[in-house]
Amino acid sequence: MYEFSYHKASSVAEAAGLIASHPDAKLMSGGQTLIPTLKQRLAAPSDVIDLSKIAELKGIKVAGNVVTIGAGTLHAEVAASKDVQAAIPALAALAGNIGDAQVRNRGTLGGSIANNDPAADYPGAVVALGATVITNKRRIAGDDFFTGMFETALEADEIVTAVEFPKAEKANYQKFPNPASRYAMVGAFVAKTASGVRVAITGAGPTVFRWNDAEAALSKSLTAAALDGVKASADNLNSDIHASADYRAHLIGVLAKRAVVALG
Amino acid sequence: MTATGNAEGFGASVKRKEDQRFLTGKGNYTDDINRRGQSYAHFVRSPHAHARIRGIDASAALAMPGVLTVLTGQDVAADKLGGLICGWTIHSKDGSPMKAPAHPILALDEVRFVGDHVAVVIAETASQAKDAAEAVAVDYDVLPAVVSTADAAKPGSPLVHADVPSNLCYQWELGDKAATEAAFKNAAHIVSLDLVNNRLIPNPMEPRAAVGDYDSGTGTFTLFTTSQNPHLARLVLSAFVGIAPEHKLRVVAPDVGGGFGSKIFIYSEEAVCVWAAKKVDRPVKWTSDRSEAFLSDAHGRDHVSHAELAVDAEGRFLGLHVRTTAAMGAYLHTFSAAVPTYLYGTLLAGQYTTPAIYVEVDAVFTNTAPVDAYRGAGRPEATYLLERIVECAARDLGKDPAELRRLNFIRKFPYATPVALEYDVGDFDASMDRALELAEYSTFPARKAEAARRGKLRGIGFSAYIEACGLAPSRVAGALGAGVGLFESAQVRFNPTGNVQVFTGCHSHGQGHETTYAQLVSEHLGVSLDNIEIIHGDTAQVQYGLGTYGSRSGSVGGSAIIKAADKIIAKGRKIVAYRMEASVDDIEFKAGVFKVAGTDKQMTIAEVAFNAYVPHNYPLEELEPGLDENAFYDPQNFTFPSGTHICEVEIDPETGVTQIVKFTAVDDFGRIINPMIVHGQVHGGIAQGIGQAMLEGCHYDEETGQLITGSFMDYCMPRADDLPNFTIDATETACTHNPIGVKGCGEAGAIGSPPAVINAVTDAIGIRHMDMPATPERVWRAIQSTRLPRAAE
Repeated sequence: MYEFSYHKASSVAEAAGLIASHPDAKLMSGGQTLIPTLKQRLAAPSDVIDLSKIAELKGIKVAGNVVTIGAGTLHAEVAASKDVQAAIPALAALAGNIGDAQVRNRGTLGGSIANNDPAADYPGAVVALGATVITNKRRIAGDDFFTGMFETALEADEIVTAVEFPKAEKANYQKFPNPASRYAMVGAFVAKTASGVRVAITGAGPTVFRWNDAEAALSKSLTAAALDGVKASADNLNSDIHASADYRAHLIGVLAKRAVVALG
Repeated sequence: MTATGNAEGFGASVKRKEDQRFLTGKGNYTDDINRRGQSYAHFVRSPHAHARIRGIDASAALAMPGVLTVLTGQDVAADKLGGLICGWTIHSKDGSPMKAPAHPILALDEVRFVGDHVAVVIAETASQAKDAAEAVAVDYDVLPAVVSTADAAKPGSPLVHADVPSNLCYQWELGDKAATEAAFKNAAHIVSLDLVNNRLIPNPMEPRAAVGDYDSGTGTFTLFTTSQNPHLARLVLSAFVGIAPEHKLRVVAPDVGGGFGSKIFIYSEEAVCVWAAKKVDRPVKWTSDRSEAFLSDAHGRDHVSHAELAVDAEGRFLGLHVRTTAAMGAYLHTFSAAVPTYLYGTLLAGQYTTPAIYVEVDAVFTNTAPVDAYRGAGRPEATYLLERIVECAARDLGKDPAELRRLNFIRKFPYATPVALEYDVGDFDASMDRALELAEYSTFPARKAEAARRGKLRGIGFSAYIEACGLAPSRVAGALGAGVGLFESAQVRFNPTGNVQVFTGCHSHGQGHETTYAQLVSEHLGVSLDNIEIIHGDTAQVQYGLGTYGSRSGSVGGSAIIKAADKIIAKGRKIVAYRMEASVDDIEFKAGVFKVAGTDKQMTIAEVAFNAYVPHNYPLEELEPGLDENAFYDPQNFTFPSGTHICEVEIDPETGVTQIVKFTAVDDFGRIINPMIVHGQVHGGIAQGIGQAMLEGCHYDEETGQLITGSFMDYCMPRADDLPNFTIDATETACTHNPIGVKGCGEAGAIGSPPAVINAVTDAIGIRHMDMPATPERVWRAIQSTRLPRAAE
């Protein structure tokens, strides 16, 4: 890796100040993407601002119908949280199946969504559950947060501090892992929420998206049969040595049905 | 040998002696070695698949902190060093020798694959070397590249080497063409098949590394390196690269974390490190990172084949005709020319009595990393082709695949195949019978029906393989083009206090030689395992050796040890005869004790050793002091491990996800020294074979020659959860021509398993063929192809 200056931020305000004054800096939470990128010399930030020791970014709170998870909360903590397991079991299950044990004990919710890897799992939950992303500056609706491949609505000096997940009546996430990387080659998150049935697809396209046709069909009948004949379009889906766009489109249908069945 | 009741000897599953240090982090690998004053090398590698080097400007790099030097192909040429070689010369059908273009240790004027070595930066630290390597400005004139094995020899393909027309390294043949053509004329059925044997990237756990050192006081070079055969490395670096004469070059291969063939070979990086050590008068260390390993380790397999099998009305095989194009990559490599020829064509008889076989192999250069021996080396390619076409024959003829194989089994030994081998022994029915029983073949239809009720496709596939191990009778190897002998050497040294050091040329890098060889010696000489030390991997300690590959360490290396141990016993008998005032003919040796026959007079072997080193009462007129014997063993024949693998899969037709629900392997490895270690070898081999069949595959971009599968994010290695628990058993026919009856087990799993997997997958789907790896998408598409006609009805 190239040389950089390391800063251990102790508060969000300090981190925000550092990022504002170091325009070529990178924010690091769990470092599960940034560190390998640095080691391969694919990034050369002047500074790395470490958010992982900021206490105010950690923790899980349940208040009424909302589960608020600090951006610095580890995947393993979300997976093991009795509160999350009780409130939104699909979210706990999703977190427990990210990467491997090492990744889950370093990687964080905030880091994952801020990076917005097209094959990441959490964006599926944020969009399908209609979550709200809270930053040091504002609140951003989950639907508006993920804007493109590795692109988000975040401004350069904006830091995710927490995500508010409304409890869903029912929710389930089905993941088809890439055989090599075990990232989601396709992931389908189906949730019956207060605002209706939402279906978010991750892994398949440049960024997470809602599968509107499926939502329309499932809103009429929340059954797997309702998806018979509803075909996801292969247009704009990813295509690589592991899966063509056509195959990903097919898997979207299979996984969405399986998620509906699992809703019970 | 007879069983002596030794609890640590032949046949005992004793725990591995070496594991204490490996499991407690006390192993000593090449990267653990640090020499005083050590500097670090980083290689500048080609970003292009094919380009002319117009010039290299290292001035900026040389000015960077800590940089000691930058060396290029021009410096190599100025020092008049030779290049890397292929140790085996193959001749084409027309009698001409293969084309062997120069392979300089740093590219001179052209680069021929992404990752080709262009220059090396030597600096005080690894980071400084890496930083400076980025500042080496190489002016490339990018040339067109050819990546596809199938296309390489076609008219109009770019030439990898300007002086090799059609990229053809050689056009080899084996077998009786006329007899094979005649067999096809008499055939009731002709079964034909086109298939690809996918290119693999080895990925041993430890990446390659090298530390070069030069002692200007003695003029001696030392190279610590990740090698499966340090003596061969010394020979090539001395005789061909010209680093130093053999007596001034010591090569040490300390603990090595796996090789699978990829560390047999002599690579540029190790040559450069030891050469550069003198240039900078400092030790020079290089440790590959995983990305470099993907680019620059020799790859394996990569065949494109067409095969036809002539069958009579009853299903007897009459003739086999195989036409294969095999990729060599950009340069010939240490053993590469031999792999798709004498390690491939010779195995195409398999377990069958096919009377006429003719095989043609075109070896082609492509703008890719060199391809060389990888676990099985030629034999997996032969087995895959044969066991796939035999399975197709069974399906085409509507025969049970087990019974069709049985109908064609060889049952009389020795058996001379039409492709130049003589099988000494085997019992193919025995392994097939046992495998069918363990795999519960007779009740498979019920399992398939039960799976169907759950909406799953279940299939079963066979593979009845044979391989040739124990490389090799030197005379035969020489006649076929080998540049070296293929014997093995051993030294058995008793110390005065009765413990034993055994020096072997067969390096251990995962095989467990420190245990199995000790068991052999314990059984043979009656010394406890704790009192035996196996020493390998250092040309300054070990007399000589050809190394570990081709499942040769047991049958060839072990036989050399037994030969040396027999010399110890012979000398011991003379010493005891003198001490006991008896005739040598009356001295018996068993379980570590010499006895005068018919008396109670005896000496232990430890007492004999003490007497040999303290020869106060000793036949000095007739016998030298000491108890230390050397032996060289040259095998009489190859050994022929064989067996039956049966794979059972279940496929989710909605996704194409395939699960191996059962894998049965019944192997005949001859006599088995340590069953636990053999099981481990079989487990690892099957895992690699399943990896090839279902997960692994090297992809280069067809246009640019960039390696797409350059990391574990895209190159799918098998993991524990991809694999079932294996059902493993053995049958035994002892090898007839070596003193211990062993055949070898290191490669069998990787040889036998891939066709069993694909036969099972295609059986489940109901199709004839699918190329490896059987990825979910491929399987799903194949299932769609079977359903489309019905959908159209």
